[in-house]
Amino acid sequence: MVGSANGATDLSSEMEVDAFRRLFPLRFHERHLLESVRPDARSLGKARETSLALGAVASADGSALAKIGCTTMLAAIKMEVMTPSKEAPDEGCVAIDFHMPPICSPIVRPGRPAEAAPVVSKHSGMIDLKELSLVSGKAAWMAYLDIYCLDADGALFDAALLAAAAAFSHLQIPVVSLNDDGRIVVVSKENGEKAKNKPVNEEKRKLKLRSIPFALTCILHKNYILADPTAEEESIMDTLITIVLDTSCQLVSLYKPGGPALAYESVLQDCIALSRQRVKELQKILNEAILDMDVD
Amino acid sequence: MEVDRADGRAPNQRRPVACTRGILHRAHGSASWAQGDTKVIAAVYGPKAGTRKNENPEKACIEIIWKPKTGQSGKPEREYEMVMKKTLQSICLLNVHPNTTTSIVIQVVNDDGALLPCAINAACAALVDAGTPLKHLAIAICCCMSENGQILLDPSKIEEQKVKSFVYLVFPNSIASVLPEGSLKSEGEIMEHGILTSVTHGVMTVDDYFSCLKLGRPAAAELSDFIRNNLKLKPGNDSSKAA
Repeated sequence: MVGSANGATDLSSEMEVDAFRRLFPLRFHERHLLESVRPDARSLGKARETSLALGAVASADGSALAKIGCTTMLAAIKMEVMTPSKEAPDEGCVAIDFHMPPICSPIVRPGRPAEAAPVVSKHSGMIDLKELSLVSGKAAWMAYLDIYCLDADGALFDAALLAAAAAFSHLQIPVVSLNDDGRIVVVSKENGEKAKNKPVNEEKRKLKLRSIPFALTCILHKNYILADPTAEEESIMDTLITIVLDTSCQLVSLYKPGGPALAYESVLQDCIALSRQRVKELQKILNEAILDMDVD
Repeated sequence: MEVDRADGRAPNQRRPVACTRGILHRAHGSASWAQGDTKVIAAVYGPKAGTRKNENPEKACIEIIWKPKTGQSGKPEREYEMVMKKTLQSICLLNVHPNTTTSIVIQVVNDDGALLPCAINAACAALVDAGTPLKHLAIAICCCMSENGQILLDPSKIEEQKVKSFVYLVFPNSIASVLPEGSLKSEGEIMEHGILTSVTHGVMTVDDYFSCLKLGRPAAAELSDFIRNNLKLKPGNDSSKAA
């Protein structure tokens, strides 16, 4: 490790790499950035390996497990019948909860950016709430989406959004029928044949997703843009910018909460270009996961 | 210019801004900030000894307490607190008072749109009033995209509900410096063109976002001049209103 003109030069030249990493984390990372490489051997604009498994929770109506590098998110959807509000008689509802249990990270900080997850997926127009309607004014679906962070290793929002989108594309809406009292009952498999009432939603078992949003978080540090940061990178260089684009490349969210580095227009353009690439990658991963699911 | 806003403003026209500092007796610094009918009071207490759990004790810690107009604070308020904390952390000189906590209490008096930008501006004025060491000020504005593709500046509550998307932008203030002009630019970019904070709601095209930026910058520069003139006045004096 060759140090630059700094107080620690003499020390660092004879120090072990691991010790150097802990004692001078910023210089350790900047030394890597000079060589356009990151400590985990990625190039600056490259995201970590991403995998997606649908149907991870058997008891849920739709679920997915998303992994971006070590960051792991589990999303599951439970459908319930509810009475829609008077203001929107033919719309369903989506309730989103994000959980960060102590298992995911040594420091669980409540109120992380991922709390913004509900805001994004609601406004993105991914889900047409009218599709969740059963009987106008009488009954509609309430989708409870729960996202659990199992391992928090940076870029939480990206993983959470990917898991949520995958869970919605996996979602199988249960078959329900109207009974004699005009109430909605779930048709279970055993008595499916003998139920005399016709199911209400026989053909509407899948949600039509309009355009799916995908997120990419980048770190801005000096002149560098680091895509998909790990938790270590996030803690050392703390200007984060999260860009959410949907499949038609519309901007769903551009979220930058402060930070010492300022985002200039040219930087924003570069970040958006990186996100466009990432959207294509993630879309491919999601499509493959759906295909795998259909084969099984 | 075509005018189709309810209050007869031009699309790129802000509402009148008013700022008064030193309105609270016991607070170390306080300010009220009004944009049209949106009004927020900010109070700064601190620096107090010690930081909260999970905060870096080598630096000063900033704590935001958001009080809504009515009721309990919920998820949106938590999100506001978080965005404000990160934004204000990046304009404060945190190394000056290590291992201290500065509390900023935001009391919403009335919400008529552009609430978060209004609160950030109020907090900034209150921090100056308290004499907290700052790198520069943060100037926050709100732009929104109407259905017909027009960009409106500083929307009211009704406009905010009608439009398909809106953006909160925070810029650094324009710096008046004795240094030659070139020295303030970093790699050819003017500092006040950099975005400190950006929060968006709703879907828009990438080009729309950049149009919002273009519209927002001159508005932020105007606000920046207003705040500079206002800060020159003695605290307690009611400010002149800026159109």
